[in-house]
This record gives sequence, C-alpha cells and structure tokens, in this order.
Amino acid sequence: MARLILLGPAREVAGCREDVIRAPDVAGVLEQARERYGSAFAELLAHSRVWRNGILARDEDLVTDQDEIAVVPPISGG
Amino acid sequence: MAPDASDWVELVDGDLSVAAADTWVRRPGAGAVVTFSGLVRDVSDGRDEPVTALEYETHEPLALARMRQVVAEIRRRWPDVAAVAMLHRLGRAEVSDPVVVVSVSSPHRAEAFAAAQFGIDALKVSVPLYKRDIWSTGAAWSATTQDAVDVPHG
Repeated sequence: MARLILLGPAREVAGCREDVIRAPDVAGVLEQARERYGSAFAELLAHSRVWRNGILARDEDLVTDQDEIAVVPPISGG
Repeated sequence: MAPDASDWVELVDGDLSVAAADTWVRRPGAGAVVTFSGLVRDVSDGRDEPVTALEYETHEPLALARMRQVVAEIRRRWPDVAAVAMLHRLGRAEVSDPVVVVSVSSPHRAEAFAAAQFGIDALKVSVPLYKRDIWSTGAAWSATTQDAVDVPHG
C-alpha cells in the first residue's frame, strides 16, 4: 500500500491531490492509478517522472504503507 | 515557518517581499548580497493573448525538500556563503509581482553572484512547481515546462 501524491496537471486530470493504492511495487501502483483515473492520466503519466519518497523511482521498487509515490509532470516553477 | 540562523526556505501563499529576503541575508562578515527576483510577465511562450496573472501550486513537502537540497548544494559548492534565502510564491500572482526570490550573502561578490545564479537555475530544473497562465478569457497550464531532474551535484 502506498500514498499517491499527484502534482499540478496530474492532480487536475486525476481529480485528487492524494490517494491510497494497494500494490506491492511502483509498477503496480501506477497500473492501478491508470485504471482509476483513465486515459488522460495515463498519457500524462507517460511524460511524467515518478518519485518514491522524493527520489526517482524504478518500476520494481517495493512499496510499503510508509511510502509516498509522487507523479511529477514536467515542472514550471520560477 | 520562521527562518533559522543561516537559511530561509519558504513557500509563500501571498505577497513575496524581495526586500525582506535581501535584508535578512545580511551578516556581519558578508560584504556582498546578490538577490535574484523572478516576476510575472504579461507574455507566455506559445500563447498569443497577454497573460494577466499566474497561479502556482505544488505539494509543499516535496517542493520544500527539493529547495532545501538546492540550498545544501549552494553551501557545498560555496562554503564561504553566509546566508541564503530561497522563497517561492504559491497561489495567484499579478503581472510584475515577484514569484521567486533567491538571495545570497557572502564575504565578496563573486561567490554571491555564482551562488544566486546556481540557486535559481537549480530551482527551475529540480523543484516540483506548476504554474497556470491566466488571461482575459481563459486559463491553462504553462506550455513552458521541463522534466524534473535531481538537484545538480558537481
């Protein structure tokens, strides 16, 4: 299980800032997120970075209840 | 969030004071302050209509963690830097409002110029912040984006 954090445009297409997803690894979290939020989200996700606890994640990274998986679309600060 | 003795890192939901940052970094041993401020422009790349405002959002813990990493990298590269203020605005900002401030003090000007430039450049490529362009008849996410990378470490 992981806490999913959705930033900026990902927050908008998903319709929520945070969510909780039960999956064993990062790939599983993202798969369920695509199913939950639909094709617009899936398209955005393909162009986004995915962080696990603030660090670039790999699909095979395991997730626990304490982990935060963030969907980080291209940024536009400053 | 109260600034600590040497660094002030904050996301500000409201007016950003460039002068406050510039003043705060003054230290007895620092002979130079360089303050960069980034302002809202009335143009946005890829958009024909004039922009009237910008609106910023983020997930604050993630953005603050990245901003602190940028400041840590400044201190690693320029150990003589005395103080750093790095502030970014959230919410709506009008044309000519400051939305980001990086202010650095150091004994001499060279480190302050270099560190302030690094600070804003690193913020723009590594901190997860999102702006919406607002114009008279609509609003949309900024078309000027870049993939978020790790804080440059060198």
